[in-house]
Amino acid sequence: MPEYQNIFTRVQVRNPAHYGPPLPKGNWGRSGTPSFNYWLGVIGDAQVGPIYLGWVGIASLLCGFIAIEIIGLNMWASVNWDPVEFVRQLPWLALEPPPAKYGLQVMPPLAEGGWWLMAGFFLTASILLWWFRTYRRARDLGMGTHVAWAFAAAIWLYLVLGFIRPLFMGSWAEAVPFGIFPHLDWTAAFSIRYGNLFYNPFHALSIVFLYGSTLLFAMHGATILAVTRFGGAREVEQTIDRGTAGERAALFWRWTMGFNATMESIHRWAWWFAVLTVITGGIGILLTGTVVDNWYLWAIEHDFAPSYPPMDPVATDPTVSGGAAQ
Amino acid sequence: MNIVYWAAAALFGGLGAFMVFTAGWEFPPMEAEQIGYRGVAMEQVTNPRILEKIEARNQVPEVGYQPEPGGPRASEVYENVQVLGDLSEDQFNTLMVNITQWVSPDEGCAYCHNEENMAEEGMYTKTVARRMLQMNAAINKEWQDHVKDTGVTCYTCHRGQPVPSEVWFRNSSPVMAGGRLGVETLGQNVAATPVGYTSLPFDPFSDYLSGTDPIRVIPEHALARPGGASIQQTEKTYGLMMHFSGSLGVNCTYCHNSRAFVGWSQSPPARATAWYGIQMVRDVNGKYIVPLTPVFPANRLGPHGDVAKVNCATCHQGVNKPLLGAQMLKDYPELNAVKVSD
Repeated sequence: MPEYQNIFTRVQVRNPAHYGPPLPKGNWGRSGTPSFNYWLGVIGDAQVGPIYLGWVGIASLLCGFIAIEIIGLNMWASVNWDPVEFVRQLPWLALEPPPAKYGLQVMPPLAEGGWWLMAGFFLTASILLWWFRTYRRARDLGMGTHVAWAFAAAIWLYLVLGFIRPLFMGSWAEAVPFGIFPHLDWTAAFSIRYGNLFYNPFHALSIVFLYGSTLLFAMHGATILAVTRFGGAREVEQTIDRGTAGERAALFWRWTMGFNATMESIHRWAWWFAVLTVITGGIGILLTGTVVDNWYLWAIEHDFAPSYPPMDPVATDPTVSGGAAQ
Repeated sequence: MNIVYWAAAALFGGLGAFMVFTAGWEFPPMEAEQIGYRGVAMEQVTNPRILEKIEARNQVPEVGYQPEPGGPRASEVYENVQVLGDLSEDQFNTLMVNITQWVSPDEGCAYCHNEENMAEEGMYTKTVARRMLQMNAAINKEWQDHVKDTGVTCYTCHRGQPVPSEVWFRNSSPVMAGGRLGVETLGQNVAATPVGYTSLPFDPFSDYLSGTDPIRVIPEHALARPGGASIQQTEKTYGLMMHFSGSLGVNCTYCHNSRAFVGWSQSPPARATAWYGIQMVRDVNGKYIVPLTPVFPANRLGPHGDVAKVNCATCHQGVNKPLLGAQMLKDYPELNAVKVSD
């Protein structure tokens, strides 16, 4: 009984391997012989496999492999095929989009962004195929498609950054490089170039939903763990037939903050917060450079930025007489 | 609970190994000084242990013999004194000794002169040294917006070395531990010291400090207009700013208010001083250093055949005021008696 209070699953219930319900006509079979792993049992279900791959899954993995291969080989080439430097420099290496002079040209020279376009094509194909897979698997199990649409929201942000905004700006050079530090440097430069992204209200909304998601996740996870000793882990049953676990969880929050979600609605809260993080983020990126050039000045014009007492003394622009410009 | 301990040990061990094997980490604690309104992150962060080391290597040499200004002029006593002829014989000789101490203490007079005939031309170092004397006087006279009354001396850059330790060449492929990379990269995306170990473009100098490409990238209007700076230009400017930060040992907020980097009305006054510094470096490279290229032997030139040039670090060497702001020039007024144009 008290085992449920632990943050790890300490009791592993072992059934004979479960093969899943029969699949509708036209599906491939599930492949692989199921096995059990103790360590996976500590953080989830101990059963591994069988898995369903299907042609969509295979096509997605293949495209993903090609994309990673193009990116990795370009990175390796950029250190002159030196294996030691490849490992040492890996976080710094990148595959860059074409320079601005090529605009939206479909096939610039390979070394000047051509490889980037190809990697982007295959990565996007891989992601879209994987999206289709999440949709199809859900339908074939008779489920709703909430996972697929949440994934689609993330794909929206990905496409805005690497495809839709560059189209609007008329240049692939506006897109993000593939690389660990390089994409972070890109992000910092992007914010600086457009006058501080923190003053972009959609960026602000995205941060609210992102941090809100983590808060909701922690609140919900903690609440359910706290009432599992009363059967609260059976959330679906508690939704339809509210028992003492659901009652206690609800009462706890009503006493603590005056309002409580329900066993069902907390999942809508979580889903919308997660989905809105990337939807609002994508809107914020799409407006940057296409509609707004300097978010700080935009925020000043719309009384969105607070003002602080000026620095004393303050600098004046040597290129402007009197230094009157902002 | 063993799992928790092992997981924690693995996590911290992994993090520690990562920090040991990657560059740029410093041990806390740091010191932070507030320089603006509370709560807006206008502050200077310094590491007192690193600062101690930097201060130790930025000391000015002791002032020695003070020469007599009277008596016959150097141009009357010696042959072929082209730019220091107005000094007294004593001043001239003292300055020569000082320059030797500042620039070529190990090599001595022979680094620039034929010791059999000191007046002889022919050694490239003598030609360069004469031009550098003119440059030094020009900086003190024409660039007071940057160097103020503190001014510069040979020692500001040279620090006892014939070639200052902080110089730059055009760079299209950086030097790695395993040797120079053979391929031309896009000029970024390797761990590069000039830009603070970021993956930003590692040669912001050729275009901005030798060339005069526009550095400003942030628009001063709210709504979008066509033809603004690209992200790549922004990254190059960002790289140059990382060089500023590293060379002066300061944060962004030494010159900028980070909420609006472009806004002069919110910037600390040092930003204007830095702006004049950029103009000064461009002037020094363009007027004095680059024209000397044909004078230098091939082994003094960079991989692209260009001469060693000046950037912020050449003088600053890790501190916001070179030599910690010491008024060294005051003790060597002879340096300003150089004839700037022949």
